[in-house]
Amino acid sequence: MSQLKELFNEGMWKNNPALVQLLGLCPLLAVTSTITNAMGLGLATLLVLVGSNVTISAVRNFVPKDIRIPVFVMFIAGFVTIVQLLMNAYTFGLYQSLGIFIPLIVTNCAIIGRAEAYASKNPIHLSAFDGLMMGSGFMVVLVVLGAMRELIGQGTLFDGADLLLGPWASVLRIEVFSFDNQFLLAILPPGAFLGLGLLIAAKNVIDAQIKAKQVAPPVAEKGPRARVTSLT
Amino acid sequence: MKLTMASSPHSHSHKSLSRLMQTVILACIPGLIAQLYFFGTGVLIQLILALVTVSISEAIIMLIRKRPVWPALGDGSAWLTAVLLALSIPPLAPWWVIVIGSFFAIVIVKQLYGGLGFNLFNPAMAAYVLLLISFPVQMTTWMPVSDLLANPISLTQQLSVIFNGFTSAGFSVDQLRVGVDGVTMATPLDTIKTDIAHGLTVSESMQAAIFNSWLGQGWGWVNLGFLIGGLYLIKAKVINWHIPVGVIASIAVCSAIGYIAAPGTEPGMVFHLFSGATMLGAFFIATDPVSAATTNRGRLIYGALIGLLVYLIRTFGGYPDAMAFAVLLLNMAVPLIDYYTQPRTYGHGVNK
Repeated sequence: MSQLKELFNEGMWKNNPALVQLLGLCPLLAVTSTITNAMGLGLATLLVLVGSNVTISAVRNFVPKDIRIPVFVMFIAGFVTIVQLLMNAYTFGLYQSLGIFIPLIVTNCAIIGRAEAYASKNPIHLSAFDGLMMGSGFMVVLVVLGAMRELIGQGTLFDGADLLLGPWASVLRIEVFSFDNQFLLAILPPGAFLGLGLLIAAKNVIDAQIKAKQVAPPVAEKGPRARVTSLT
Repeated sequence: MKLTMASSPHSHSHKSLSRLMQTVILACIPGLIAQLYFFGTGVLIQLILALVTVSISEAIIMLIRKRPVWPALGDGSAWLTAVLLALSIPPLAPWWVIVIGSFFAIVIVKQLYGGLGFNLFNPAMAAYVLLLISFPVQMTTWMPVSDLLANPISLTQQLSVIFNGFTSAGFSVDQLRVGVDGVTMATPLDTIKTDIAHGLTVSESMQAAIFNSWLGQGWGWVNLGFLIGGLYLIKAKVINWHIPVGVIASIAVCSAIGYIAAPGTEPGMVFHLFSGATMLGAFFIATDPVSAATTNRGRLIYGALIGLLVYLIRTFGGYPDAMAFAVLLLNMAVPLIDYYTQPRTYGHGVNK
């Protein structure tokens, strides 16, 4: 149980792929202009990550160490293709708005990183949970960043949610405030960099506060050091 | 007589930071007056909005950072940022444009990097670029000089435009921009650029009403105002001559070469030097002591590269003027420039 809790902590906070490892920044910065896009790509990444972690963990004892990376990449590419075809079939609008960034999940370092660092060394159920947590951690950051940019950029939330969740979801669209001019910076790439920077800063502030609250462990008394070198 | 022992430097210039900033702000006055005269009192309204916003932003950030508020505000650097930003944006831009810009300049560009002295980028120019790419329409609606307006507007009308978007008679900024002959007019740099793209020559383009034979009406005087202010700054030893000379010489050389190579599609040296933000940029913006190069040789290189970029973007780029982009790009290059232009320490590193 404590192992699962540790994995949860690692994925969602302590070793978050987006905020701490800073992996997979290309899709993170490119598609987070709205919550819908962010959630779509986050879900796709989550699916691929869980699938690849499970498969790689299952074959970890049969893959020769020397060629493991190409093998892992092939598994990941297989799952990405499955996800891409599924999205093409069921969420075509989202598929079009995400465009090249769905196939590019293959090159997301967060996924190959987990395969190499965790799934290739641990049993299936733990690897699956690790993939789930890492994927969720990544998705949460994507969605928060998407919400920030959508809110500042065009004053809405869940704009175009029907592309992801079906026609009923168009009621989710919230117009928080409306203005005549979009705040283009938030929608353009610089807004993504600024937003991610602010999120990382916020995480560091919270970490620093948590650390400050913990009582420092008492330092063991040391005897005075005697100088024994260069005594001429 | 008391003998005091102090460490070096032993001779001080006795210029405090706030005094320096005040001098720079004062030196903006000739250019400010020219802008007021030609483009209406909207400049003053923008200036007040900017000053209020930067003061509030700076005070709030200082409170959050648990630092004393008054020393940070009183050094005047935030106010200088406000003045420079207000001078660079169109006088009749809506009020929220300058408020967002001033907030961004102080909070994100200056204070998040650690406050005065730590900012990598020139706050006023970073804010200007933010506004330009975020609100391209509002940031490019410069009015033609007041003499050319079909509907001259009073101070209250300008207030109304800035805060409501319309005058009390219901004219929008776009309608107000219409000149006496019923044609909407852009800035001189913009007009030249568009006309050349449409296959006209420079002399044909300069027939337009906004040109005063070979300079944009009003713009020449505004630039002259900033030139006078800038020369005063050099005289008062607030800035060194290296950066302005680098910028101006570089623009002059580039535009002269361009004019010799293609006289039909190049407006020439004097036009480049006295249009847009050339003088404001050369004397007031590029010389920001925090974000500019720090060695004399480095300053010359820094200025020259800014001039080169300004000329290249004006001539071949997508924007009519480029002072802000050029300054920001060179801000990024400053560590490199400083690294390669380190002066030799006395007694060390003589050529072998």
